[in-house]
Amino acid sequence: MSMKQIADWALNTVTQRGAGYADVRIVDHSQRALATKNGKVGHAGSTETLGIGVRVLVNDAWGFASTDDLSREAVDKTAAQALEIAKASASVKEQPVRLAPEPAVKIDWSNPYKIDPFTTSIEQNFDLLTRIDAELLAVRGVTLAESSMHLGRYEQWFYNTDGSDIHQTRVTTGAGFSALVFQGTEIMKRSYPNSFGGQHQNKGYELIDELRLLENARRIGEEAVALHKAERCPEGKMDLILDSSQLGLQIHESIGHPIELDRVLGYEANFAGTSFLTLDKLRKLRYGSDLVNVVADATEQHGPGLGTFAYDDEGVQAQCTPIITNGLFTGYISSRETAHTIGENRSNGTMRAEGWNRIPLVRMTNISILPGEKPLTFEQLVAGTDDGIYMQTNRSWSIDDKRYNFQFGCEIGWEIKGGKLGRMFKNPSYSGITTEFWNSMDAICSRDQWTLWGTPNCGKGQPMQTMGTGHGASPARFRGVKIGTAYKGN
Amino acid sequence: MLEKAQAEKIFDKVKKLSSVSEVEVIFSSTNHALTRFANNTIHQNVSEVNEVASIRVAFDGKTARATTNRFDDASLKRAVQSAEGIARVQEPDSDLLPMASAEEGKGAETPSRWFDQTAAITPAERAGGVGKIVAVAKKNKLVTAGIFSSSQSAEAIVNSNGLSVYHSQTSAEVSITMLAESSSGWQKANAPDVNDVDPVRLAEIAAQKARDSSGPRELPPGKYTVVLEPAAVLDLVGFMFWDFGGLAILDQRSFLNNRIGTKLFGENITIMDDVFHPLQSNAPFDGEGVRRRRVNLVEKGVVRNLTYARGTAEKMRKSEYKDKVGAIQPTGHGFPLPNEMGEAPTNIVFITPGGEQTVDQMIAGTERGILITRLWYIREVDPYEKILTGMTRDGTFLVESGKVKHGLLNFRFNQSLIEMLNNVEAMGKAVRASGEEAFDMVVPAMKIRGFNFTEVTRF
Repeated sequence: MSMKQIADWALNTVTQRGAGYADVRIVDHSQRALATKNGKVGHAGSTETLGIGVRVLVNDAWGFASTDDLSREAVDKTAAQALEIAKASASVKEQPVRLAPEPAVKIDWSNPYKIDPFTTSIEQNFDLLTRIDAELLAVRGVTLAESSMHLGRYEQWFYNTDGSDIHQTRVTTGAGFSALVFQGTEIMKRSYPNSFGGQHQNKGYELIDELRLLENARRIGEEAVALHKAERCPEGKMDLILDSSQLGLQIHESIGHPIELDRVLGYEANFAGTSFLTLDKLRKLRYGSDLVNVVADATEQHGPGLGTFAYDDEGVQAQCTPIITNGLFTGYISSRETAHTIGENRSNGTMRAEGWNRIPLVRMTNISILPGEKPLTFEQLVAGTDDGIYMQTNRSWSIDDKRYNFQFGCEIGWEIKGGKLGRMFKNPSYSGITTEFWNSMDAICSRDQWTLWGTPNCGKGQPMQTMGTGHGASPARFRGVKIGTAYKGN
Repeated sequence: MLEKAQAEKIFDKVKKLSSVSEVEVIFSSTNHALTRFANNTIHQNVSEVNEVASIRVAFDGKTARATTNRFDDASLKRAVQSAEGIARVQEPDSDLLPMASAEEGKGAETPSRWFDQTAAITPAERAGGVGKIVAVAKKNKLVTAGIFSSSQSAEAIVNSNGLSVYHSQTSAEVSITMLAESSSGWQKANAPDVNDVDPVRLAEIAAQKARDSSGPRELPPGKYTVVLEPAAVLDLVGFMFWDFGGLAILDQRSFLNNRIGTKLFGENITIMDDVFHPLQSNAPFDGEGVRRRRVNLVEKGVVRNLTYARGTAEKMRKSEYKDKVGAIQPTGHGFPLPNEMGEAPTNIVFITPGGEQTVDQMIAGTERGILITRLWYIREVDPYEKILTGMTRDGTFLVESGKVKHGLLNFRFNQSLIEMLNNVEAMGKAVRASGEEAFDMVVPAMKIRGFNFTEVTRF
């Protein structure tokens, strides 16, 4: 039985019973997750999940039902359930759903990769992780070494009543490690290449070699130990340089989420929150300084980000949308349902679902700050800074439910004096108001310093959905930032 | 829903497909539906049916897991082979124990958490409940957003050592935000029995909070006495229980390292883990099928005991900490193997010391302070001092001379949990509470002095 035949069962059932629109996604998702702790197996598992989700529009209201059973009987029942749910939705509505038109498309797409990660042996995977742990534990003082690897293959068949037939496969690879050091009354941590699982991209196993994990393990272990002897990061207003991974998270929290049009319209008010970016601010708000140029770019040309695809989960082609242009706020990320609220006649293609059992939501794709146009290395950026702090690798992150006030903690900080990196600082943190912060950016490194980071764990929606997003960034400098708030009063 | 006999039958098939000595299957079966509303409209309305078999194999000190939601012979065989393949290449772990025995799966039963009326809720009934919430919003000239969900779930664990345990339950949940021009209010409840969740009452309270906090004023950051409603307490204290596992001590990643047996919190803080409590939820066994036990975690401010998976208890008995950590025994709190985290208490019950006050009484006894409905985006700033940061949200009020005066702009806090639980001046009756940052617990409202606010946001 082909996936198209299975989908047709559902589409025929709902159109015969009066659905104005319907789409079907069948998803087959396989994952391999391995982790070691102090050289021993921590986690060792594989997961596969297959199922179908049916989304219908009846009486201008949505219904969605999903099942893991792809038999004719179960699919028909699930389609009927989606109809019943949509009819119930229609009983409590103030505004009808208006979908922006979208042409039907037939396409088969896979992200480019060199080495299919599932062709690598588990022995090879574990061997690397245990060798990393050994390097970390070779550093005297490291009390806990943890390494992990996550491989994924997400295959989706999308069909809708407009005639679209879209088959996409995304192969993902991710890995990273961390060292913890407990001494006295403090626990210090260093991670590589990023915290919370490392780096993740739409790539094959070639990413693992590119990350140079083993080569960096000893240095990371030594930094974790050295943090115990470092002074606590001072408090006050200072110039701040962020490494590209922390800047990626800063973009995620203080640009990526507030530009989600469903949040702006109140759809997430009960859980993820709303946004300070009310509709009146479009093309009027000075979001950042002239150097701030941000795009939402899901196209393959942007790179192998976790937000790269050919078509979104309601059949709209991947696009590049200017979000901030020379500091001016110029765009939201939208869906077929929300596009008309900003005067657009087409969605910019950001509807994404976690799997077959979830509906698509407006989600970040790759939300990236463009690198500086003039050549600027990290060393030159530091050399041009007289007095400030350099912070690396996120440790904690928090932002209010309209995305105004944020506070981030990093794993490690470095004093900058007279254009040179100096003393190491522990427990660095900074805080601010989103627009004030982005308007204080006065330098960003050029393309050769730019990395497309993957955030594999972005949560949104009820029921909760986890999504991978991409964030390209180069190191950048911000003037007069509030430093050290996290420990104030403690 | 998957029944116990079905689970055992599938297990027999899996066992035959395997070539190794020990096999375990964790089954989970879900039928979940959620009606979501915003702008006084149902805008998302979903349902899911899913059954999953998570197969673990173990042999020669090696173990691995493969999970599938496909129960046909070919898929089960592929999952078994995947688990065996992942295990086979591992170095043997001398600490790996044989799978749990049938005896370890036996013990006390929880009260029934299955309610037919909750299991039978239809989309139309959920929409009817939402309609009543929207009516409250309109009556108050407010806009509402939230959810009304219902579910049936079953969990079974069967292994080749004769263990077979099963639990099924229902659940209903309502969460409501009421939005006004410059303010908002929030309420949430979750229970196995839908009759314990009253959407209209929750809507009325959320609406009143939205109305009462309109036109919020700014108060400078600093240390204030706060009255935390139960959901706010829950979302804060939830961050410390991941450290109440034996493996967290052995890994030296717990804030309880070198602190067990010391008086860490105030005299009025006593905390149990008790899955059998009538206000609790969840299954009476852990990820290996071991029957849960009640654990006295904190007694009058002193950390007394930790929770243990079977393997962790064995490791702890051989460790340098063995005489410093209280009773060492498997407590039925382990996560499915293999895992890095070990175990944690997830059925928290605060035992209040008597003299409980209502939130209104706490307010009446406060000269100057802040009433907090809910907290948001809480994250750990310092793992050993347990400093947490986060924001207030959806109903923050100034209290003066024993009365709620007006709404406040929301604060950012940076507060040590250890210090906070030494500064509890009054507690309410412990109730089943739901938040967004931590699992549901039985917790009281708390009045706390010197709560550390560091910044104010713009709304």
